[in-house]
Amino acid sequence: MLAVLFALLVAASPYVLAKDWKVIRFGVDPSYPPFESKAADGSLVGFDIDLGNALCAKLNAKCVWVENDFDGMIPALQARKIDAVLSDMSVTEKRRQQIDFTDRTSFSPTRMVAKAGSNLQPTADSLRGKNIGVEQGTIQETYAKTYFEPKGANVVSYQNQDQVYADLKSGRLDASLQDEVQANFGFLKTPEAKGFEFCGPELNDTKILGSAAAIGLRKGDSDLKNALNKALAELLKDGTYRTIAKKYFDFNIYGD
Amino acid sequence: MIELIQQYWQQYLCGTPAHPSGLVITLWLTVASLGLGFLLAVPLAVAKASTKRWLAVPVAIYTYVIRGTPLYVQLLLLYSGLYSLDAVRSTAFLNGFFRDAFNCTILAFTLNTAAYTTEIFAGAIKTTPRGEIEAARACGMSGLTLYRCIIMPSALRRALPAYSNEVILMLHATTLAATATVPDLLKVARNAASDYYLPFVAYGIAAVLYLCISFALIWLFRLAEHRWLAYLR
Repeated sequence: MLAVLFALLVAASPYVLAKDWKVIRFGVDPSYPPFESKAADGSLVGFDIDLGNALCAKLNAKCVWVENDFDGMIPALQARKIDAVLSDMSVTEKRRQQIDFTDRTSFSPTRMVAKAGSNLQPTADSLRGKNIGVEQGTIQETYAKTYFEPKGANVVSYQNQDQVYADLKSGRLDASLQDEVQANFGFLKTPEAKGFEFCGPELNDTKILGSAAAIGLRKGDSDLKNALNKALAELLKDGTYRTIAKKYFDFNIYGD
Repeated sequence: MIELIQQYWQQYLCGTPAHPSGLVITLWLTVASLGLGFLLAVPLAVAKASTKRWLAVPVAIYTYVIRGTPLYVQLLLLYSGLYSLDAVRSTAFLNGFFRDAFNCTILAFTLNTAAYTTEIFAGAIKTTPRGEIEAARACGMSGLTLYRCIIMPSALRRALPAYSNEVILMLHATTLAATATVPDLLKVARNAASDYYLPFVAYGIAAVLYLCISFALIWLFRLAEHRWLAYLR
């Protein structure tokens, strides 16, 4: 009886199944359109979702999407609750110490949003005494806490990005800091964002903000990393990547 | 792990006047909401236990609504819901009050704990032995004096064990505050966890701290019961 139970447990364990990567469990925080969000019927939609499904198709694997808060993504990966993070996660030095990354999947910088005509700039001096909203666990949170908070800005962290925009709209926040493409398509181009605009230039800081987004993987899963990199290269070559990107963006999201 | 503790112990424990620590915020949320909740609950409990329907029914509706909805929903309603209404934002007083996340959180917690405490106290008032009241009336006490000298002291004593449960539950409920962006103990733990990717250590420290506060509260109630429920020993 015990032996049967044990055999069942071993057979059902994702670790064993995952070894030959017939199933890839992607962690995703669907509050970040157009990269990942939820459609009205509850299904996941977005650029990362399409890209992940295309990768799975190339690898003859089954994609399983696991919804997770962004700040819990790396712990979930390490706890083997998921096999990969595909949630517009930027590659940074700090994250590299914990996990591995594939080649880049997209590139989009960080930019600030505020009320039109507020004349705010993404600098510590301009934001002194102002309320800046960020999503918990993002590079933008680290950036704001490193550069703005010590000089007197009030950095407010939210559990997900939707709440940041809700409070930006209601006036609790003076500005919000996030991925530029996300802000543009997920907020500014929607009718509810009337009267808001980008303030200041794109932010560059390779140390905190990193350079590009990629798929996060456990260190040691190099077979999965190689497989995903290979599949990604094929998608880029055969035009699938471009077809997917065209659905969501009117510019080159892959970068130069 | 050592680095996490070195960098975050101040944010967990003592903080600075400008940035109070998670522990201070959690304690402040607990004490403020329980204190205000207690002040609200005493008169409401008297009303709830009253035989006059116009007093008892509104209070019964209030406790029914609050106890019938989750605290999480109440907090979201007060923090996100109300402030998204133009009517609230265009009134200077309401705008000033609800703009601040701390006010919304304390208000939600206070309304919630007041409802449960009202029920606890009202139950104790209703079960005051008839004999005590008859004796008091025979001595010529009535109205306010009867409540002040006989019913309330006796009822509040008997309510102590049940009330101590409510206090502990309220402490645990303050972990919802981070939803409304109030940086409580759990929020510091989340920061530490996402900074060092050591969730076991980060949340473990928070759990130990909550345990310490709970333990201190239990000990205080032990003392209180020892003193005010001495006749039961």
